[in-house]
Amino acid sequence: MNTAATGAGTATTATRLIGVAALAITAFVAVSAFWLTPADAVQGESVRIMYVHVPTAWVAYLAFVVTAITSGLSLARRHRTLGFDRVAGASAEVGVLFMAMALVTGSLWGRLTWGTFWQWDPRLTTTLFLFVTYVGYLAVRNIDTDPQRRARRSAVLALLAVLEIPLVHFSVVLWRSLHQEASVLNPDGDVRLDGLMLFTLFAGVVAFSLIYVWLVLHRQRLAALADARITTGLDAAIAARRAEAASTSGAGA
Amino acid sequence: MQAVTTNDTALSLVDTVVVLGGFPALAGVSFEVREGELVALRGANGSGKSTLLRACAGLVPVARGTMRVLGVDLGARSTTNSSAMRRHVGLLGHKNGLYADLTARENVRFAARLVGASDNDVDEALARLGIDTRVASTRAVALSAGQRRRTALASLVVRRARLWLLDEPHAGLDSAARVELDAILRDATRAGATVVYTTHEVVNAAAPNAGTVPRTITLAGGAVASDVKGGSAR
Amino acid sequence: MRRAFVVAKKDLMIEWRSRMLLVRVAPFALLVLVLFAVALDSEPLILRAAAGLVWLAMLFSSLLVVQRAFAIETDDAALDGLLIASGEPSQVFFGKIIAAFVQLLSLAVLLVAGAIVLYGATVSASNIVLLVTTMLTASLGLASVGTLYGAAVANMNGKDSLLPLLAMPVAAPLLIGASRATEAALGSQTIDASAGWAWVALLTVFAVVFVSAGAAAFGTLVEAES
Repeated sequence: MNTAATGAGTATTATRLIGVAALAITAFVAVSAFWLTPADAVQGESVRIMYVHVPTAWVAYLAFVVTAITSGLSLARRHRTLGFDRVAGASAEVGVLFMAMALVTGSLWGRLTWGTFWQWDPRLTTTLFLFVTYVGYLAVRNIDTDPQRRARRSAVLALLAVLEIPLVHFSVVLWRSLHQEASVLNPDGDVRLDGLMLFTLFAGVVAFSLIYVWLVLHRQRLAALADARITTGLDAAIAARRAEAASTSGAGA
Repeated sequence: MQAVTTNDTALSLVDTVVVLGGFPALAGVSFEVREGELVALRGANGSGKSTLLRACAGLVPVARGTMRVLGVDLGARSTTNSSAMRRHVGLLGHKNGLYADLTARENVRFAARLVGASDNDVDEALARLGIDTRVASTRAVALSAGQRRRTALASLVVRRARLWLLDEPHAGLDSAARVELDAILRDATRAGATVVYTTHEVVNAAAPNAGTVPRTITLAGGAVASDVKGGSAR
Repeated sequence: MRRAFVVAKKDLMIEWRSRMLLVRVAPFALLVLVLFAVALDSEPLILRAAAGLVWLAMLFSSLLVVQRAFAIETDDAALDGLLIASGEPSQVFFGKIIAAFVQLLSLAVLLVAGAIVLYGATVSASNIVLLVTTMLTASLGLASVGTLYGAAVANMNGKDSLLPLLAMPVAAPLLIGASRATEAALGSQTIDASAGWAWVALLTVFAVVFVSAGAAAFGTLVEAES
C-alpha cells in the first residue's frame, strides 16, 4: 500500500475503495442529518451542527494521535524513518484542517444554542491550544529542506507536543474548576439522542474518518513522490554538477 | 570519553556526496590528508569548498560515499556518534565565532574552560598568536579583522584541536597579516595539527616571501579537479 | 555539568557587560505593566488582575531574554563552535537555562515589586514562601521552554515570529499556574494558599518535564548555521 501507481498519480485501488465508501456514507449522513433525524426538543434545528462538529473534533484528535505515534516510530525505527515522517506530516496537515472545522462548528453551535461564540471549557480551550501547536509544527516542517533532518526535528517537536498537551489540558481543567462550573457547557451534553440520531452520528464519525484516511494516504504519497524526485534526480544532479567543472576549468587557472 | 583512534590519516574521503536542499554541493570528492599536513583548498565560488569543510566538521550529513575524520566514520551509512571526534576539530568559518562583549582573552579563556585547559594554556596560546596584553584586554567588538582572526585561532590552539578547518582565513587581511597567518599555520602543523584551509587565490610560488608552497587541492563542480603536492618555491 | 556552568558563566558575564537586561528588558517589562494599567483603566480591576498581568509581562519579557541569549551565539556564528567544542549538546542546554533562569528570576522579582508599587498589591508575611517558590519554579520553567525553542529557531529565517508561535502555547500552563499561585500569595478571595501550593506543584512538574525532555531534544532541534 506504500507504492503509488506508476505515472497515474497517487490513487490506488485501496484509495478508490475508501473514497467511494466515504462518499456514500457522507451522502447518507448528509441526508439523514438534514431531513431524516428529528430536531432536538431543546435546541431545535441547530442540533444538526452536531453531525458535523462531533466527527470533525474526533478526527482532529485522531490525527494528533497518529502524528504522535508515527513521529515516535520515525525516531525509534532505523528503516522507513522517512515513511513514518511523511505520514506524521500528512496527518498534521489534515488534522489542522479538521481542527479548524471543529473549532468553527463548535463556536457556531455554541452561538446558536447559548448565544455565545466561545466557552472557556477545558475541551474547547485545549483544542485551541492544540491547533496553534500544530500550526507551529507545520511552520517548522516547511523550513527544513533535507528530508532526514526534517524527519528528526518534526518528530521531536511532535513528541514535545505530546508532553505539552496533557499539561495544558490539566492546567485548563484545574483553572476552570475554580469557576465552579457545575455542568460543562457543551451543547452536545444536553442533547438526547434517539436511535436514528445516534446512528447518524456514528455514521458521521465513520465517514469523516474515511475522509481523513483518504486525504492522509494521498498527501503522504504526494510527499513520497516529491522526496523520490529529489533522490532519483540526485544522480542527474551530480552529473550536471561535475559538468560545471568542465565548463569552468577552461576559464579558471 | 570515547578514545579516538590515532591514525596517520586525518581525513579520508571516497566519493563523498553532500546534498544541501536537494542540490549536490559535493558531487563525489575523494582525497586523503595525513596528520600534520598543511593543505590549501582552492576553487571558484560555489565549487563546494565551504561545504567540504563543514562536512568534515560533522555539521552537514554525508549523503553518499565514505568520510573518515580523525579515524571516526562520518560516511553515508554511519551511525557513529560524532561528538567524540568533534572535540578535536576546530572550524573557523567566514565569521570568527567570538562574543562581542568579551575581551580577546576572555573569549579564548571560554574555549579553554570548555575543554578543561588552564590559564597558562590561554597565555601560551595568546603569545603564540602574537596577541599582546593590550589587544588581549580589548573587547572583541573593537578588534581589527586580523586581531579577530588571531583570537579565533588562539581558541583553536588552546583547545588543542588536532584538525583545523579554516574557511578563507586570509580574507580581509593585509599582506603583512597574511604572511603572519601563513607562519602561524605552519607553526600549527609543526606542533602536530592538521590544517586545511580554503582560499580563492593562487598560491603564488614566485612571490618573494612565498617560502614553501603547500599541497593544493582544487575543487570544481563539487569534485576534486586537481591535487598538487606542496614543494619549495622555485 | 562542569561545562554547563562554564557556558552559564559566559552568558552571565556577557549580560553583565552589555547590561541588556537592565537597560532594555527590565524597562520593557515595567512598561508593559504600565501599559496594562493604562489599557484596563480601572484600579480595582487591575488589582484583581495583578497576578496575571505580572506573568503576562514575564512571558513577553522571557521571549526577549531568550532571543538575546541566542543572538549572541548567532551574531558571529559562535554557536557552531560551541556545539562542536562542548561535545555534549545537553551541556550547552543546561548552561543556557541556568543563565536564563538567573535573568528571569531577577525580572520576576522586579515585576512583583512593580505590581506592589504600581497596582497596590500586597503580600502578607505568611505567603512570602509561596510567592518565592512560585517565582523560582515558574522562572525555571520559562527558562527551559524558552531555551529549547529559542535554540530551535536560532538560525532560521523568520525566527523572531516563529519563537512566540512555538513557545507560547507550550508556556500556557506556566502562565496559568504562576498566575493562580501568585494570586493566592497576594491574598485573593477565590484562591487560598493551599490551592496556591497545588499550582506550585504543577509548575514544578512542568519545569522537571521540560528540563529533562529538553535535554534529550536539544541536540536534534538546534541547528547549526547553514
